[in-house]
Amino acid sequence: MSSNVGGKSTTVTEDASGKRVRSGGGAQTSPPPRARRRGIGWAQRLEIAVLSGPALLMFVGFVIFPVLMAAYYGFYRWKGYGVPTNFVGLDNYRTILQDSSFHQALWHNGQIAVLSLVLQGPIAICLALLLNRKVRGQSLIRVLIFVPYVIAEVIVGTAWALMLQANGAVNDVLRSAGLDGLAQDWLANRSLAIWTLMFILTWKYVGFAVILFLAGMQNIPEELSEAAAVDGASYWQTQWRITLPLLGPTIRIWAFLSIIGALQLFDLVYIIWGQYVASTAGTSTMATYMVVEGRNAANYGYGNAVAVVIFFISLIIALVYQRFVLRRDTEGALTGGR
Amino acid sequence: MARNDARWGNPAVYAAALLLIGLMLGPVIYIIIGGFRTNSQIITDPAGLPHPWVGANYTDVLTSDTFWRQVGNSTIVALATTVAVVTLGVMASYVLARYRFRGRGAMYALFASGLMFPVTVAITPLYILVKNLGLVNTLPGVILPQIAFGLPTTIIILVPFLRAIPKEIEEAAAIDRCSRLGFFWRMVLPLSVPGLITTGILAFIGSWNSYLLPLFILNDQDSFTLPLGVQAFSSQYSVDTAKVLAFTSLSMIPALVFFSLFERRIVGGLTGAVKG
Repeated sequence: MSSNVGGKSTTVTEDASGKRVRSGGGAQTSPPPRARRRGIGWAQRLEIAVLSGPALLMFVGFVIFPVLMAAYYGFYRWKGYGVPTNFVGLDNYRTILQDSSFHQALWHNGQIAVLSLVLQGPIAICLALLLNRKVRGQSLIRVLIFVPYVIAEVIVGTAWALMLQANGAVNDVLRSAGLDGLAQDWLANRSLAIWTLMFILTWKYVGFAVILFLAGMQNIPEELSEAAAVDGASYWQTQWRITLPLLGPTIRIWAFLSIIGALQLFDLVYIIWGQYVASTAGTSTMATYMVVEGRNAANYGYGNAVAVVIFFISLIIALVYQRFVLRRDTEGALTGGR
Repeated sequence: MARNDARWGNPAVYAAALLLIGLMLGPVIYIIIGGFRTNSQIITDPAGLPHPWVGANYTDVLTSDTFWRQVGNSTIVALATTVAVVTLGVMASYVLARYRFRGRGAMYALFASGLMFPVTVAITPLYILVKNLGLVNTLPGVILPQIAFGLPTTIIILVPFLRAIPKEIEEAAAIDRCSRLGFFWRMVLPLSVPGLITTGILAFIGSWNSYLLPLFILNDQDSFTLPLGVQAFSSQYSVDTAKVLAFTSLSMIPALVFFSLFERRIVGGLTGAVKG
């Protein structure tokens, strides 16, 4: 998750990308009807090349090429130096299928994705409803709840690890409040670790969801709730029947971002469970597994195969989600927009 | 429950908002204050207030070359990434938004597909590529891939933006004998400044916080960026919790300052992207 803000917002428009991908493909198979082929002159071709060339070059060189190479290396048993020679075909993938550590990591990713939706969604909707009322200093509140989102995951991880250690501040507060029974080894206790992680993730990312939902709510025309009020609807009825359904598209896009983010979670887990706790076993994710296996164990071929698997899992989920969940949101955009 | 919107609204809302802010900021404040304590204070009373307040941890960090070198490295990487992403991004977006040519759809799809490739997937080949270019342990080794991975977001935000510039302006410019490139330079760039700022901020913060790519590319302490520095510092001084807290809180400051300066743009950009 190298680019947190960037990364998130990247995926903000992911549905847009998906629909573009499709519309782009469609445009290719059937020649654009309104292209009045007057042919583009050399001057224009030169402009196109000069303006888009550098970006294309960078993108193909540093994104597309490495991704293809990852797929290629995944077929080799390889220590990471020299040209890979030990071709093993699909062996790495067979190993992944049988590797219980990977299954565990995948299971964690699944849990994190589902729990993120179940925990952060309702919390964020409640908070957004709360802040969507007339509140003085609303903009200040918004800035403040956004602060955890802006801090690097490495820093967040380091700080929470210090606070959640067995003799850390959290337990101290609990003990001084007379709740000794609640003090736990939050990080190293295997059955607790995933919940600890979820707590930190919620703390960090709930502000992002609140901001999105608030923006969605402010796009809902005021007349609708006024009309509802005239019809005698209570505040809660209005929220339930009007605000929530109209917030649907925002919620669905947020859920998409949340799922994809959960599948690619790395920094936080690697920092906390790689550095402060003996192993990453408690909360390992596919990405930490890849780095631990591929880089730290110098098993590069295998690490790349894991990367390819992560990619395909994300891709399949993204496609399914777009096909079945986001479709109605993008349909208008697909047919309406150019 | 009727809406009792007096001038101030419902007090319960304020109570909830305060609680929320406390939860969000509490840990951050704990880290900052923790840096003013000594280790013995932290061990005997992990959650207490400093008694007395000790500034030594902060002055130690602030007078260390390591910290400033890492701040410098992070700044260089983030600025270079931002400038290049925005420059290359707006040029390509202009072509995608306002030229008609065969393969335009394919080009857009190619860039858009970049959103599906997180750095995670490509990290090992990227490392090898950077190594072959002789850029391991150098800042360009981090900057170049970051530019490439920043392009999809930038282009996807900017294309609708540039497309929205009315055709009439372009025609008027053409009548005034302004070439397409002249139009790009004189009209498109000034008109798209808000979009450029939004994408620039996203690129800057993303780069400033990035960890996985520097982790692979930079192995030499001298080339570390701040996130790597925090990790190295906290494992090196793992017993010196107070100092780690001071280091951590100082390394939060730049992102927080930057964020508070441009908060409106960031929030506006994120929500705009969702709408668009």
